[in-house]
Parts: sequence; C-alpha cells; structure tokens
Amino acid sequence: MHATYPVVVSALLFSIGVYGVLARRNAILVLMAAELMLNAVNLNLVTFDVLWQDRLHGGQVLTLFTIVIAAAEVGLGLAIILLLFRNRQNIDIDRQDALSEGNQ
Amino acid sequence: MSVQEIVFSLLAVVALGSGLLVVTTRQIVHAALWLVVSFGALAGMYLVLTAEFVAWVQVLIYVGAIVVLLLFGIMLTRAPVGVSADLDSANRLPALAVAVASAGVLTTIMVNGFHSAKFSLKPGAGSAEALGASVFRQWVLPFEVLSVLLLAALVGAIVLSKGDDTSNDAKKYALGGEG
Repeated sequence: MHATYPVVVSALLFSIGVYGVLARRNAILVLMAAELMLNAVNLNLVTFDVLWQDRLHGGQVLTLFTIVIAAAEVGLGLAIILLLFRNRQNIDIDRQDALSEGNQ
Repeated sequence: MSVQEIVFSLLAVVALGSGLLVVTTRQIVHAALWLVVSFGALAGMYLVLTAEFVAWVQVLIYVGAIVVLLLFGIMLTRAPVGVSADLDSANRLPALAVAVASAGVLTTIMVNGFHSAKFSLKPGAGSAEALGASVFRQWVLPFEVLSVLLLAALVGAIVLSKGDDTSNDAKKYALGGEG
C-alpha cells in the first residue's frame, strides 16, 4: 500500500480540526474539533508504525496512550466547561471576557 | 490501485466528509453524532492498516466513552436542540484561511516526503497479543505513569465539579474558621 494515502488523509483531518477549533464558538464543539486533530495524529502514528515495521510497536502503543490521554482531557475539559456554565450561564468562548466573577 | 488502497480511500472519504460536517453543522447534537461516523471510519482505516487492537480500542473508548461524555456535556449545558445560528464565531474566514493554508503546507510536505514510500500489510502485526507483549515488556513504565495521570485527571474533574458552596466551606475550614 502506498504511504501517501494515510499521511494525506491525516493532514486533511488535522486541518479540519484546526478550522473547527478556530471557527467554533461553543466550547463543546471546540473540544470535538480538538478530538479530530488528535485522531489525525493517531492515524499518522499507526501509519508509521506499519511503514517502518516497528518491532517494539512504538507507534501503536503510543496511539493507545494518546487515546487514554484524550479521554482524560475530555473528562477534565467537560468539568471545566460545566463549571463555566454554572458560573456564567453560557459557554460561548467569545463571551468569556471577564476575568473575575460577578462584574460581567 | 490495490484493493487495500480502494477500501482505505472510501473510508477516508467517509471520515473526512463527516469530519467536515462536525465542524460546519448548525445543530450541536448532530455534530456529536457525525463525530461517531468519523471515528468509526477511522477505526476501519486502522483495520485496513492491520492495527486491529487499536481499532477496537478506538471503537470502545472514542465512540463508546468520549462521544457519550460529550453528549452528556451538551445535555448539561442546556444546548439548544434545534438549529442554532450562533455556533460559529465571527472569525470564520480567517479560520478557513488558516485551515486551507495548513492543509496545503502539510499535504505538500507529506506528498514530497513519502511519494515513493510503500509498505506491505501483513495481518497479525497489530493483534492484541503482539501489542500486549509490547506494552507489558518495553513500555510498562509509561503505562504505569499513564495510570497515575488518569487518576490525577479523575481527582481533578471531581474537585472541579464539586461546586461553589463546598469550596467556600473548605476555605472557611482552612482559615480555622467557625465552622
């Protein structure tokens, strides 16, 4: 199999994630776009693991680690977003321009 | 084109198309559901690349856990269920420019660097047996560190979501207060 297919798909998926992170206003949608970027990186890791016939399977093991870290990141990110929603009643990133509570 | 390349390209079209819908759809719940399609197509790509174990972990953790977590987040922040017009911020066009530029640069670099790289796919290279042996022989220390990181993230999430009243009480107790 030609190696260009997976690496180009991964590059395009990463760019879609970049667009989502920059253009979305809702914090949960930004998290989703960040997940897309992480998945593009995972695809690259698996591809190079297979391409170089890694005997230690470093690429695939690192992919598993990235998936676990992504799970931890989503858990923490959602906790932060829920705290934000409880304090400010909205999770629009554009509207978070007050550093302290109370004087919005 | 070999059969593997054709199957991979079809899955890639599904993953990229649903990824585009995730970042452009006007309904927030639909974005989460398109994310499921995108992750499923990615799991299919891992299967084509003979990374079976990673594919099933992708299905279990991403589709099973992370998307459900995101849906819970959508529910708890009382997001609008129908079409909402203000999901995109005002800087859509600069974002589009940055994304197109990064796609162009990355694709050019990747095609230039790997246009002659080919590999043959042997089944079984990414099986649970091979990966398990690898994780628990060579990569066992990062694995243990990762478990500590997960614990820290869990404790952090609990502390963050405990709420304001309890934190005020904690402050009172910390100041040696009256109770």
